Amino acid sequence: MLELLQVAPMSTVQDLGREGLRHLGIGGGGAMDPFALQRANALLGNAPGAAAIELCAGGLRLRCTRDAWFALQGAAFEMRIEGRLQPAHLRCRVMAGQELSLQGPQAGWFGVLAVDGGIALPPVLGARATVLRGGFGGLDGRCLRAGDRLPLGAASPLQGRRGLAPPRWTPVLGLLPGPEFQALDADSRALLWRQRWRVTAHSDRMGLRLHGAQALHCGAGELLSCASLPGLVQLPPGGQPIVLAADAQTTGGYPRIGQLMAAERWKLAQLRPGDRLQFAPVDLDTARERWDDQQRELRLLRSTLGCPDA
Amino acid sequence: MSETWHWLAEHALCLSLAPPPDVLTQRRLLAMAAQLRGTPGLVDAVPGLHNLTLMTDAARLPPADLEALARRAWRTARPARETLRERALRVRYGGAEGPDLADCAGRSGMDIEAFVAAHAGARYEVACLGFLPGFAYLLGLPEALQQPRRASPRLQVPAGSVAIGGAQTGLYPIESPGGWQLIGRCMQPLFDARLEPPCWLLPGDSVRFEPEDHA
Repeated sequence: MLELLQVAPMSTVQDLGREGLRHLGIGGGGAMDPFALQRANALLGNAPGAAAIELCAGGLRLRCTRDAWFALQGAAFEMRIEGRLQPAHLRCRVMAGQELSLQGPQAGWFGVLAVDGGIALPPVLGARATVLRGGFGGLDGRCLRAGDRLPLGAASPLQGRRGLAPPRWTPVLGLLPGPEFQALDADSRALLWRQRWRVTAHSDRMGLRLHGAQALHCGAGELLSCASLPGLVQLPPGGQPIVLAADAQTTGGYPRIGQLMAAERWKLAQLRPGDRLQFAPVDLDTARERWDDQQRELRLLRSTLGCPDA
Repeated sequence: MSETWHWLAEHALCLSLAPPPDVLTQRRLLAMAAQLRGTPGLVDAVPGLHNLTLMTDAARLPPADLEALARRAWRTARPARETLRERALRVRYGGAEGPDLADCAGRSGMDIEAFVAAHAGARYEVACLGFLPGFAYLLGLPEALQQPRRASPRLQVPAGSVAIGGAQTGLYPIESPGGWQLIGRCMQPLFDARLEPPCWLLPGDSVRFEPEDHA
């Protein structure tokens, strides 16, 4: 059992989310940074999609009722066990009754704290990911708070410290031009690539609202509702784009000017309000190759770390 | 009919048909989705209004194979002759449950009773679910009842609200922010994550509204 003594307000239990329920209006959801979740789980010998704590813009303090291994990926935090600072990026051992604390984030925004055996809350509709808007999954469909107790899966027989440095990245996001890209006027098409976009404070697990010095103009009006996926860059009437994130609604009607390449969607989780980003055009073949590369990289990591399934 | 095929993402192929949405085209899309469901590697078939998005696990169903399969399925899909199921919903129109009803009736040049009779007298069909878990987009709203969306969306629309946005009418299954005009509320729970399926309405269902007296 994990006992939360303190936790940042918008933190939730997340896994890799639900697949195949979009036709019911239920989105995929899951960790904002699925890449970080999978790296953390690989470090602990967990299944790739084992449930973990997703921290949003703040840390936590917790105690565990059994000896446990923890791995932190995604946003950077200072980790302490009983007050002693731990080296970054390494999995670490916490004995029953000891206190683990995370302070930060010093870099990035969403962190993933995984534990060996994973968080063993009952799955709802096939996953443990919390859906705040639907009020289901995770712990009673809500954000975590002090006093919560989270059940754990079986402990893993891990030996020694292993670590994994975070991926190097830049805030340049590869974008597939969307169905309404050509409906942007010529100036707007150029601006989309050239302009730097600021992440505004109105950003959360549903989407990031961007702001650019110059708004974009699109000739396409409201469209008939159509499936929309995380990473979709929509253009509402004001001309300032919204990038859909993990918990976005499943259908939308705003012009679709682009779609982030799937292999870079995790970057959304590590941009902070106030950060600036740029879009770079990418084609379908390149985006598919980059996705396959990332999947291969994760499989390689699991076999290098000796994960049971690898 | 003009059809457009577009890869929305690496592994999501979308077929869209020209507006305005009509019931037979929508039924043909739903038939296509039903025909394709169960194909190994097909992750989801997500109908929208006059469009269908197919998501694939590329390791099991390569994108080119999905596209060939989908184009063939569209050519052969025929609209169902009947709706899936008949669903009746009791609705309390107006009052606290439908705060925009009087304004809607005014814009349509009707008194409230006539507006309610027209809304409840029409037969609707669930075109698709989206926006929220279990949110049903219904086709069949009489033209005279169409309403503009609200200039500023409400932060909290109660679960069960019956609403009109543009040419569509829909039902909010859970509490949510929303920009549609609220004309009433039904007490039937529309979404429950513990049930299988979790949604009370499914694409292809026919829906009738029955006015209910206020308690």
